[in-house]
Amino acid sequence: MYHAEIHITLRKSILDPQGKAASHALTNLGLTGIESVRIGKLIELSIDATNEQEAETIAREACEKLLANEVMEDFTIKLTNA
Amino acid sequence: MSQERIKNGPMKKKVGILVFPGSNCDHDAYYAMKTVLQADAEFVWHKERELKEYDLIVVPGGFSYGDYLRSGAIARFSPVMEAVAAYAKQGRPVIGICNGFQILLEAGLLPGAMLHNEHLRFICKDVHIRVETSRSQFTAGLEPGDVLKIPVSHGEGNYFTDADGLASLEDQDQILFRYCDANGALTPESNVNGSVASIAGICNTERNVLGMMPHPERAMEQRLGSDHGLRFFEQMMEQLQPA
Repeated sequence: MYHAEIHITLRKSILDPQGKAASHALTNLGLTGIESVRIGKLIELSIDATNEQEAETIAREACEKLLANEVMEDFTIKLTNA
Repeated sequence: MSQERIKNGPMKKKVGILVFPGSNCDHDAYYAMKTVLQADAEFVWHKERELKEYDLIVVPGGFSYGDYLRSGAIARFSPVMEAVAAYAKQGRPVIGICNGFQILLEAGLLPGAMLHNEHLRFICKDVHIRVETSRSQFTAGLEPGDVLKIPVSHGEGNYFTDADGLASLEDQDQILFRYCDANGALTPESNVNGSVASIAGICNTERNVLGMMPHPERAMEQRLGSDHGLRFFEQMMEQLQPA
């Protein structure tokens, strides 16, 4: 069994209004030094695969077909053998 | 021509309105088509795998599948969407309104994607949109520069495409509507959700699939605030060729 941790974020070139709002709120709380906030999604998959490469292929296909919209989002996959 | 069509008369347009779990403008679209425009409208449940001989398919607004993951992301995999893609490929007209637009984007029937509104608020109000081109079966009876007052109702209507995507939309005259002020001017304030180039509605390169965020089906009668949706639909229905 493999565990895939998928991070989905808005493409760097796209303004993230949620992140901007959170950033303002943090500044208002008196927290300094935070230059920017970007908010994304974390999706966890449990994958039944025989090896890591197969698990990676499955996770990638899941991202490309459904979990991420590559017009506006980037994704990264972190795999661990669970 | 089918027996059913002959019975209804050749002028009676046949309209299929898709219904997904979470659609909530399906009945508004039905009322607009059936009661106001006297079309032969019917609902099409999202589990259907085949479409009848419709003259027009409407993908209505709402919150299909609760907008889980992304607006329209799950609905695009409903069985009916394969039939809609095949129908569109034959050059038959499809119009997606609001969530319907989002579904068509996710399905790849239109280019681009929808972001959260720039100011993060859900907007529900009348806006003005400017007709950008008459060169489509959806706008052939309107003039570029015509201003329509039609309501929007969305949280994710901030249309996005990258610079190349925008150049391509502009080169191919695919932008049908832009948000504007009452006089037709494009101003930062009138771009209600922050869309790229104030885009409110686009068509595909084949010009038979339209997606728009504003709800013309909610602007069918003057007593409800505006009948500009009626003006839009009436001229559009005139252009429809029988299936």
